[in-house]
Amino acid sequence: MTSLTIVRRIRARPSLVFDAITTPEGITRWWGPDDGPVLLAETDLRVGGRYRVRFRMLDGTEHESSGEYLEVVRPERLAMSWRWAGGEDPGQSLVEIDLRAIAEGTELTFTHSRLHDEETRRSHEAGWNGALDKLERHFLASLEHGGAK
Amino acid sequence: MENYHKELDRTFGALSDPTRRAILTRLEREDRVSVSELARPFAIKLPAVMKHLAVLQEAGLVMRSKVGRTVTVQLSPEPIREAMDWLRRYERFWSASLDRLAAYAEGKEAEMEEKGG
Repeated sequence: MTSLTIVRRIRARPSLVFDAITTPEGITRWWGPDDGPVLLAETDLRVGGRYRVRFRMLDGTEHESSGEYLEVVRPERLAMSWRWAGGEDPGQSLVEIDLRAIAEGTELTFTHSRLHDEETRRSHEAGWNGALDKLERHFLASLEHGGAK
Repeated sequence: MENYHKELDRTFGALSDPTRRAILTRLEREDRVSVSELARPFAIKLPAVMKHLAVLQEAGLVMRSKVGRTVTVQLSPEPIREAMDWLRRYERFWSASLDRLAAYAEGKEAEMEEKGG
């Protein structure tokens, strides 16, 4: 699994969700894995423009990621490159967010892909297509079953 | 952190070959398998299988032990667990972030509806 997909249904119209994702004001309200503060949020919302977000976690560690906007289609779609500052995870990955209007508001499909890109590339050169995903799921299932987590 | 990524590279590198994945999948089903028994389903020769086993061992994915004259191979799943933990960090990051994004956007929506009504 070198990509991650999450689908969320949100009771808000797509334009509100889109703005929450792309404006500094919005980003400071939600970005990060816990309730630690967002310290800096910059967005230059146009294709080729850059963003940068820095946050502090409750354990005191600070993390920063930045990248370039690759697709900007308000309020439907956003694609951006992603890179952690300070070599936390080397390499560049891709974040795609699709917003679909539904009766209750918005269906958000979030994908973070090309994680561990170098290995993915090498694996594809070796003729591998998705089998690693399967194997990892297989192992994950057995590990969880064994309570190894 | 650097070492951590080197280990991840080794794990993903070792997993990027179909023969090695087939070996691991078999070892996941059977606890201990002798090298010659492991080599049997493959069209490649024993030395080639030994090379694959060496890569897997280097990545810490398998352990070899010798009982009498028989060398058996056994799965050592810790590196896969580490690779999975690495992926889970991303999942935790985004899952928690998107939960709060939803709450924030829903609050905004409620505000707008109040203003509108």
